[in-house]
Amino acid sequence: MYNKITDDDIKLLCTIAGEENVLSGDAISPDYGHDELGGIEKMPEVLVRVHKTEEIAQIMKLAWEKTIPVTVRGSGTGLVGSAVPVEGGILLETTQMNKILELDKNNLTVTVQPGVLLMELAAFAEENDFLYPPDPGEKSATIGGNISTNAGGMRAVKYGVTRDYVRELTVVTPKGEILVLGGKVAKNSSGYSLKDLVVGSEGTLCIITEAVLKLVPLPKVSISLLVPFPDMKSAIEAVPQIIRSKVTPTAIEYMSRDTILFSESYLGKKFPDTKNDAYILLTFDGNTDAQVEEDMKNVAELCLEIGALDAYIVDTEERKKAVWSARGAFLEAIKASTTEMDECDVVVPVDKVDEFIKFTHKLAEETGVRIPSFGHAGDGNLHVYICRDQLNNDEWEDVLSKCFDCMYQKAKELGGLVSGEHGIGFAKKEYLKELLGETPISLMQGIKKVFDEKNILNPGKICF
Amino acid sequence: MDILVCIKQVPGSNNVEVDPVTGVLKRDGVKSKMNPYDLYGLELGLSLVERYGGTLKVITMGPPQAKDAVIEAICMGAKEGTVLTDRKFAGADVLATAYTISQGIKKMGNFDIIICGKQTTDGDTAQVGAEVSEFLSIPNVANVLSVEKIEDGKAVLVASLDEKVVTMSVKMPCLISADGDINSPRLPSFKVKQQVTEDMIKFVTFEDFEDKNPDNYGLSGSATQVERIFPPEKNTEKCVIDGTAEQQAEKLSAILRDRKIV
Repeated sequence: MYNKITDDDIKLLCTIAGEENVLSGDAISPDYGHDELGGIEKMPEVLVRVHKTEEIAQIMKLAWEKTIPVTVRGSGTGLVGSAVPVEGGILLETTQMNKILELDKNNLTVTVQPGVLLMELAAFAEENDFLYPPDPGEKSATIGGNISTNAGGMRAVKYGVTRDYVRELTVVTPKGEILVLGGKVAKNSSGYSLKDLVVGSEGTLCIITEAVLKLVPLPKVSISLLVPFPDMKSAIEAVPQIIRSKVTPTAIEYMSRDTILFSESYLGKKFPDTKNDAYILLTFDGNTDAQVEEDMKNVAELCLEIGALDAYIVDTEERKKAVWSARGAFLEAIKASTTEMDECDVVVPVDKVDEFIKFTHKLAEETGVRIPSFGHAGDGNLHVYICRDQLNNDEWEDVLSKCFDCMYQKAKELGGLVSGEHGIGFAKKEYLKELLGETPISLMQGIKKVFDEKNILNPGKICF
Repeated sequence: MDILVCIKQVPGSNNVEVDPVTGVLKRDGVKSKMNPYDLYGLELGLSLVERYGGTLKVITMGPPQAKDAVIEAICMGAKEGTVLTDRKFAGADVLATAYTISQGIKKMGNFDIIICGKQTTDGDTAQVGAEVSEFLSIPNVANVLSVEKIEDGKAVLVASLDEKVVTMSVKMPCLISADGDINSPRLPSFKVKQQVTEDMIKFVTFEDFEDKNPDNYGLSGSATQVERIFPPEKNTEKCVIDGTAEQQAEKLSAILRDRKIV
């Protein structure tokens, strides 16, 4: 099993990373014992704020030799406990590795350290007339965290997810070896794609210390449409029809009036329209007004034909801010509306979204528990929240387990998967086992063993 | 209750360049939008119509394409709008603009309340509203936060006076300037946009005005002349402070003290 960290180990860590970057015991803030939602708490024995790839390599050599567990943490905005050091040991914080190293305008790539925040990268790309398309709601997450969970976000309908934008990764293996996986190349058929295996591995295979990411030219025009429907059923049923129309919006999000009202109360800012029960929010982008307006018009007309009450045009910076800032705050707003909550981040085929949402409404009625949801209707990734409200502990645990069992079972029936973008971490691993079955899990365990036979890197996550 | 809202079309982006030679805003190729401050006024007016009934119209002054701002207002709930457009109106300063708008308002008829935005995002003078009220000889209240009620021919308003918030009763007709950020303006409706017809937008020119003295309009009616427009100096100097939180705080504090900011 794992060894506890000794005073000598701490001295060695201080030599490697600098005394001011090594904290232990009570000097570590309790925040480092949990993430945003994972439902698991455990403090590390030592927190090391790392600054260089070589430092991380030396720390891993030490940890490997001494069999000390190591967990990597970025901003700590995860939702499934991936960055919680469940076995104690060393917690490596990468937020100080926050430099944007290179913008390569010939190859349309940007090279970043893992601690760069998504919002910093997005702003940097835009200042240089580029777009980094992955757009998860949590803008203060680090890029390292985004790569580790293969984060998706709102623009996935048109642009795909983080994995589609990772060209090359510099990583440190659990034994402390520095490797470069992938390359600054557009195509790659060179054996197993180890780079793609690391993307989404939630810090269990190796530690990402640098990433080369693909950019696209910044679309010059973007317009959103906020489309109100009389009820959630008609809103959700409209989505497959929009997709069939062959117009490709950048984003198709659904939201209920209740969720918008939570957001209003959380932000202290009125949403431009709350008269209707259900809404779909779409964005269109492109390089000319004529093209984007044509797409917007086609979808608006289609929505009106199939039962939308109207289609509101969100065309200026102010209007986009009013609508999208509310959308970006939904998770925190629902969290603020209840005493405790847990989340189901399932992904189902796009044409099954309406069936899954209706199922959650029925489940809420049957269990008497509040189950608000919102999410990416256009890519089938839903964020469904079970709210504790006034339930006592036993009632809460009962109802939570029942709801999760039912929802993941339903997702399986519909051809869906456990997580669309938040990952498995600690919180969802039992559901992953249940949904995937024995062989895929043992293959995952085998891969983990090849990278990390001592199981020192982020133990107790995903498939163990 | 008949309400008129004064609106203006402004550049769609806040980053419009100024021609360094002529000092004129480079509007070519830049998309336009309705002045964001006017949206608060429009929302205030539309909510009054919802509460007290009546109609809301809009007025704007500008080139013929300013009709797009009128269409946008109609999509938000205005019944119709007027575009004051004529080459004789070009080059107007705040005084000539206010006079032209007041003539346009007289042409449109009588209103109980005329609402302006606090200021525009291109001119930023915040003077046109008050001057229009002067030309119309009606009371004016600036920085209005809300309209509490309307009764007995008077509007009870809440307005911000720097460090004080005052509630006052104003005899109608009156002109009020809505403060910024006082509401969440509704979004324009695509459904209504499909139903907008030409007769909802009226174009009014110099020839339609009662006062046909050209010296009261445009450049010749302007009391002021702009000598030069220039963008504020931009400082692109950036300083990234490294180190632990404590070290960063110390360095930041030293910089702020050094520059006498604290």
